[in-house]
Amino acid sequence: MIKRGGKSGEWLQQLVFVGPGLIAFSIIVLVPFLLGFYYSFTEWNGLDLNKAQWTGMDNLNRIFMRDDKFWAAFGFTLRFTAVTVLASNLLAFLLALMLTRALKTRNLLRTVFFVPNVIGGILLGYIWQFIFTKGFKTIGEMTGWSFFEQPWLGTAGTGFWGLVIVFVWQSAGYMMVIYIAALTGVPKDMLEAATIDGAGYWQSIRKVTLPLIMPAVTVCLFLTISNAFKMFDLNLSLTKGGPGTSTQSLAYNIYAEALVNNRYGLGTAKAMLFFLAVSLIAVTQVWLTKRKEVEA
Amino acid sequence: MNRDRSLRYRLAGIEIFAILLALLFLAPFYFVLANSLKTLGEILVDAASLPEAYKFTNYSRVWEMIRFPTALRNSVVITAISVAGIVTISSMTAYRLVRRPTRFNNLLFLAFISSMIIPFQSVMLQLVRVTSILELRGDLLGIVVCYLGFGLALSVFLFHGFIKGVPLEIEEAAVMDGCSPYGVFWRIVFPLLKPIAVTVVILNTLWIWNDYLLPVLIIGSNKDLTTIPLAVTRFFGQYTKQWDLALAGLAMSVTPIVVLFLLLQKHIVEGITSGSVKG
Repeated sequence: MIKRGGKSGEWLQQLVFVGPGLIAFSIIVLVPFLLGFYYSFTEWNGLDLNKAQWTGMDNLNRIFMRDDKFWAAFGFTLRFTAVTVLASNLLAFLLALMLTRALKTRNLLRTVFFVPNVIGGILLGYIWQFIFTKGFKTIGEMTGWSFFEQPWLGTAGTGFWGLVIVFVWQSAGYMMVIYIAALTGVPKDMLEAATIDGAGYWQSIRKVTLPLIMPAVTVCLFLTISNAFKMFDLNLSLTKGGPGTSTQSLAYNIYAEALVNNRYGLGTAKAMLFFLAVSLIAVTQVWLTKRKEVEA
Repeated sequence: MNRDRSLRYRLAGIEIFAILLALLFLAPFYFVLANSLKTLGEILVDAASLPEAYKFTNYSRVWEMIRFPTALRNSVVITAISVAGIVTISSMTAYRLVRRPTRFNNLLFLAFISSMIIPFQSVMLQLVRVTSILELRGDLLGIVVCYLGFGLALSVFLFHGFIKGVPLEIEEAAVMDGCSPYGVFWRIVFPLLKPIAVTVVILNTLWIWNDYLLPVLIIGSNKDLTTIPLAVTRFFGQYTKQWDLALAGLAMSVTPIVVLFLLLQKHIVEGITSGSVKG
C-alpha cells in the first residue's frame, strides 16, 4: 500500500488530482444543468440575464397546449433520426464489407470515405448549399434527370432529404471505421465452417457475422441516433430550418426560441424536455441491442 | 482454377463499384475547388465545368474579408490550449478515481458518465448566465474553461478504462525507490497512457476545431477571438449568394483540418476505433 504523508497527504492528493476536474465539471456542466430545472419554470430573457420571474407551469402549458412548431420540430427530428440512422448504418456496413476484402485501393478508399467526417457541420452545410442549389441545377440541365431538377432546399421535402443526404455522407465514414474494426475481429474459421455447411454469402453474414459484431452495432446505433437526434450545425447552415420552419430540428427550435425570440425561460423548458427525450431513446436503444450481443 | 478466376472477377467488380462510389463521395469537393477559381458569372452559367483560367483573386479577396489569418490563429490557439488542458486534467482525475475508489470518487465517476447524455442545448442558456457571473465570457480563458468542462466526461471515461489495465506493481516499485505520488503519476503512469491519450487528443481536437455554438455564446461578441466556423458564418450572414468568394473561403477553411487528417490519418482511425469500442 502507498502510505506517504498520512491523512493530510491523502487530502492534498485528492485535491490536486481531482480538484481541477471537479471544479471545471461543476461550473460548466453540473451547475448549469441543475439550474435548468429552476429556469424552466421562469420567465427569463436574454437581455436581463439576472432577472428571472417564477411563473410555475406557464412554460410547460404553453409548450404542451399551444406550441405547434415545437411538436412539428419533434416529429421532424424523429423522422430524420429514423431515416438517417438506417441509411448511414446500412451504407457504412456495406462500405466496411467491401473494404475488408483484398482490394488494391483499399486504404485509399477508406481515407476517401472518412474525409467528410473531419469537416464540421457548419462548413459542410454551406458547401452543400452550393451543391444543391447550383451544382444540382447544372447537372439537371446536363442530364435532364428530374431528380436534379427539383427545387432543392426550396420545399419542405427537398429540405428534409437534403439534410439526410449530407448527414449520411458525413457520418457513414466514421461508422465504417468502427464496422471495419469489428469485421476484422470475426474469426475466419467460423465463416469457413458456415460456408462448408452450405450457407450462402448473405446468409453467413446474417447468421454468423452480424451476431458477432453486435457490440459494434450497439456503438454505431448509439452514436448515429444521438448525433441525428441532436443535429444542429448542419440544420443552421444548410436550411436554416426553412423554408419557413418546415425543416426545424428540435435543437434548432430551442436555439431559435432562446437566441432569436429571446425567450430563455421557455427555451430552457424545451431544452429540459429535449434532455428527457434524448435519455429515454438512448437508454432504450442500448438496452435493446445489448440483449442481442453474443460471445464469439 | 475456375473458382479462383471467378473470385478475381468478383473482386475487380467490387473494386470498380467502390471506386465509383468514392468519386461520388468526392464530387462535392470538386464543385468547391473548381468553382472557387471562377468568376460569379461563370459559376452561374455552368457550375460543373473546370475553370477557364486559374485565378486566385477570389482567394486573396476573401482572405482579407474574413480575416482568415486571425481566425486560423484563434482556432489553433483555442483548440491547442483546450486539448492540452483536457488531457492533463482528465488523466489526473481518472488516475485518482481508479486508484482511490472511495464512495465520493465512485459517485463522481458515475456523474461524469451520466453527464455524457446531456445535450448541449440543455445547459447552454444557463451556462451563459453562470459564465457571465464568473466573468468568463468574451475571453480566451473563458472558452478554454468551457471546453475543459464539456470535454472531461468522455476523456475521464477513456482514461479510466485504460488505467484499470495498468499494473499496480510498477507504481509500488517506484514508491519503494522514494518516488512521490505526483512523481509516480507524471513519470511512471502518464507515459504509459500514450495510446489512449492519442485517442483523447484526436476526438477532442475534431470536436473543438469544428464547434460552432459554444464559441458563439461565449466569445461571440469579441471579434478578436473569432474562430474559423464563426468567421465563415459571419461571411454568409453578410454576403448571400456571393458564391465566388464564399467557395474560396470555404476551400481555405476546410484545408487545415483536412491536411491534418491526411498527415495523421493512421493515428486518427486507430484512435477513433479504440475510443468507440471502449464506449
